[in-house]
Amino acid sequence: MKVRGARFALPIWVAGLLACVWVIASTRFVSDLSAFMPHAPNEREQVLISQVRDGIIGRLIMIGIEGGDAAQRAKLSHELAERLRASGLFMGVQNGDQATEARDRAYFFQNRYLLSPDIAPERFTAAGLHAAIADSVAALSGESGMLLKHLFLRDPTGETLQLLGQFNGGKQPRHLDGVWASEDGTRAVMLAYTRAPGTDTTAQARAIATIRKVFGKLPGLERGNRILMSGTSVFSVKSRNTIEGQVARLASASLLLVVCLLLLVYRSPRLLAFGLLPVLSGALVGITAVSLSFGKVQGLTMGFGTTLIGEAVDYSIYFFVQRLGQARLANFWRTIWLGVATSIAGFAALLFSGFPGLAQLGVYTISGLIAAALVTRYVLPALVPGTLRVRSLDRLGLALEAVIGRARTLRWLPLLLALASALVVYAHAGKVWNRNLSSLSPISKADRQVDLTLRRDLGAPDLRYMAAFTAPNQELALQGAEKAGAALRALVKNGLIAGFTTPAAVLPSQALQRARQEAIPAPDTLRRNLKQALVGLPVDIDKLQGFLGDAAAARTHALLTRADLDGTSASMLFDSLLVKRSRDYLVLMPIRAPSRDADSPLDIKRIQDALQKTHLRDIMAIDLLKETTSLFENYRNEVLAMSEVGSLVIVVLLFISLKSVARTARVVTPLIAAVACDVALILLSGTELTILHLVGLLLVVAIGSNYALFFERLNLAGSPAEYRQTQVSLVVANLTTVGSFGILGLSSIPVLSAVGITVSLGAFLSLVFSAILSRGRWRDASAPGLLP
Amino acid sequence: MKITDSRRLAAAIACILTLALPTARAGDGWGVPQLMRRLAHNKSGEATFVEKNYLSVLDKPVVSSGDLSFVAPDRLEKRTLVPRPETMTLDGDSLTVTLPGKSPMTVSLRQHPDVAAFVESIRGTLAGDLTGLQAFYTLKLAGSPGRWQLTLTPKQEQLARLFDRIVIRGRRADIRSIDLEERDGDHSEMVITQSHIRR
Repeated sequence: MKVRGARFALPIWVAGLLACVWVIASTRFVSDLSAFMPHAPNEREQVLISQVRDGIIGRLIMIGIEGGDAAQRAKLSHELAERLRASGLFMGVQNGDQATEARDRAYFFQNRYLLSPDIAPERFTAAGLHAAIADSVAALSGESGMLLKHLFLRDPTGETLQLLGQFNGGKQPRHLDGVWASEDGTRAVMLAYTRAPGTDTTAQARAIATIRKVFGKLPGLERGNRILMSGTSVFSVKSRNTIEGQVARLASASLLLVVCLLLLVYRSPRLLAFGLLPVLSGALVGITAVSLSFGKVQGLTMGFGTTLIGEAVDYSIYFFVQRLGQARLANFWRTIWLGVATSIAGFAALLFSGFPGLAQLGVYTISGLIAAALVTRYVLPALVPGTLRVRSLDRLGLALEAVIGRARTLRWLPLLLALASALVVYAHAGKVWNRNLSSLSPISKADRQVDLTLRRDLGAPDLRYMAAFTAPNQELALQGAEKAGAALRALVKNGLIAGFTTPAAVLPSQALQRARQEAIPAPDTLRRNLKQALVGLPVDIDKLQGFLGDAAAARTHALLTRADLDGTSASMLFDSLLVKRSRDYLVLMPIRAPSRDADSPLDIKRIQDALQKTHLRDIMAIDLLKETTSLFENYRNEVLAMSEVGSLVIVVLLFISLKSVARTARVVTPLIAAVACDVALILLSGTELTILHLVGLLLVVAIGSNYALFFERLNLAGSPAEYRQTQVSLVVANLTTVGSFGILGLSSIPVLSAVGITVSLGAFLSLVFSAILSRGRWRDASAPGLLP
Repeated sequence: MKITDSRRLAAAIACILTLALPTARAGDGWGVPQLMRRLAHNKSGEATFVEKNYLSVLDKPVVSSGDLSFVAPDRLEKRTLVPRPETMTLDGDSLTVTLPGKSPMTVSLRQHPDVAAFVESIRGTLAGDLTGLQAFYTLKLAGSPGRWQLTLTPKQEQLARLFDRIVIRGRRADIRSIDLEERDGDHSEMVITQSHIRR
């Protein structure tokens, strides 16, 4: 058997593989899951969401210490916090220790006249002072009286309490033995903010490992002591580890399965080696193509991309089977190319999905399949010695034929099942799609529970709602935050929101600080106003000398800068809400909803309208949950549209090639039935469909169309034996697909298991339905009228 | 920082005790055990109060007034009307402070171990658990059923840091006042007029 151009095929192939190896050697492989999460459609939202994560969420590690008794845990908490602070990896570590809290109180007390929102000229008039002091006197008999009376003589207008109340707005963790503890007192809790951004998974992994290592070496550690950690970065590090572990394991498991299956059927190691050549060449070409077009390769892409081009094994199997007989080679290759074309039509939809990971997968599979087909076509004939023969599979073939023959009497079954499936899908209307992005997250339920627990212990803010804007420098950023704060305060007043956090609360803009300084009258004036203000109040002016002194000092006090926050917990708050970026500053102002109930979301539009009136350039109110959910739905609709286009292209390709509506229908019908049953079975198992199931269905169409096509073309076989041989090959090829995707289905990574289950189930169903609906036994294809 | 003031809480809880105090009937014998025995029978009570706070930082005491209500076993509401409206509700473990125009602040008493010890002592009292109460205080009953005075002196450092003693005065069935003497010399007197008690 001579193939045109065979002389050049081998050298070109070898050179090509070497080039691939060279590219791959310098390729960066990544294994975080972000590529399989949708990217925000508009650049601004994309930047914003990633910065929100970068700013606070991504840097926060929540820590819990369990075991031992409260006093011992408190000691560990102190030791751990001290060592982590010294490690340099963290912007700050908070455990509620009294030293930090005392520094916080001192900062607010000492700088109250620069910080308090009430400081304005009217505050220091006789009337203003009278009102404020009368208020304080009344408050002395109230709930905060005890704290107030210690401050009263120096702070008779009550600025400090106001500031502390504002700072502590949210819920504070409880104190036990001088450190933060869980509500039930069984756990010491703390917060660590990493210096590295949340997106730097490697640095996050190092920070987490450091916490664990330092904890393990703490003096006084007891056997029962245990450390818990959670937070976005802990999750991303964990999922990276899971992916790295599973991709390697699953890929090797499915390769092993394929190898065993092929060996079992063909019992020839040489045949197996040659059979795998197209697949391996395809994988190398695929990785190279992805590396060249994306700059990096996702571990997951390799993992299930290789499984996908596993269908290339089929090509070599057909090749071995077909080349023995007097098969019409032209027909054979036409079928192969048609199979490649329909697969490509299916996979092409991936290229346009919003998921970078899926786009990589598209590039990988398309280039890999083309390479595999080319290798089968041009390299294998040149390499495989003519003496190498496929073992006769006639006994198996006969048995199979009998089974399929009997199955053909069930022609009504696929249609009936398809109909029933349609009913199942209809009954699930409204519950078909999973809207929750976390359904794709590889985080286990147990880990999510730990997260929930620590979050509750720490009273960690729910960072769902946020006002955000950018500014060219820190001063303008703070001035903007003050403007936005005024708008939000009005919303607090009318009850739309419960409160908000702003960096300007702990460090006002220089302009505002200066204005507050100017609001304080000269000492003589202030004394005169105070004297007048005290008329009718039970306070003697001589006792308030401390106040007069502090107010006078505040007038000329150096303006506060970021450095003044060092050592307070306010510094962390500030840094996480005012994020310095390469070109500008991003200001984030978390907003608290009156209700934590996710079903009664804040009216983002009204907040946005109120913020718009500040005229800050790009201010916006964000509901992170809604944002990601709607993103997800947009992408789903996009992939859905792409799948429809892909399926249509496949049908058109089949029609062009088969040149008959009836024959095209015969190929397409089992596919439709398989997809319908696949969806129905997944829904019946209680799983809601995600975007990855959709991708899986697309693959079912791409892979299944090949089976249907080969079944349809079976009658082109040269002899009954060859016919049976091909039939066996089809079943083996299908089993390898079902097996390798089935293994993916066992993965604990939802992305992998969704695709794995969908494809293995769908591929199997499409083979069975194709067999049932196929036209029957071998007929002499040379009989007139049967040639295509 | 703590959002609520333990001293105020102490006074509030002393009110529970007060309202829970039953009528001491002649002929029952007179002593702390007799007082205690009847505490558990109280279901609810209402009263008005006038409180004078003597603070060293002020020349004159701050006078506040309002009403109190108690529902067994552990719900107490202290509504201050003058000079500044403020409502403090102790319900089981949670203490809620409501100021007009602000969202209510709720703290769990378990977050304040010092206060929790105090609350436990009062619970003990309401349940007639004399032993429990004596774990926290030295109790001293003086006078006669016609004019008595119960003094509670904290035994534990945590409580003693907050106040020196609570003195409850009464005449027969009427509780007349609760005085709280703080460590720093400040003190408050709460005069109570009971309007209704159900047992």
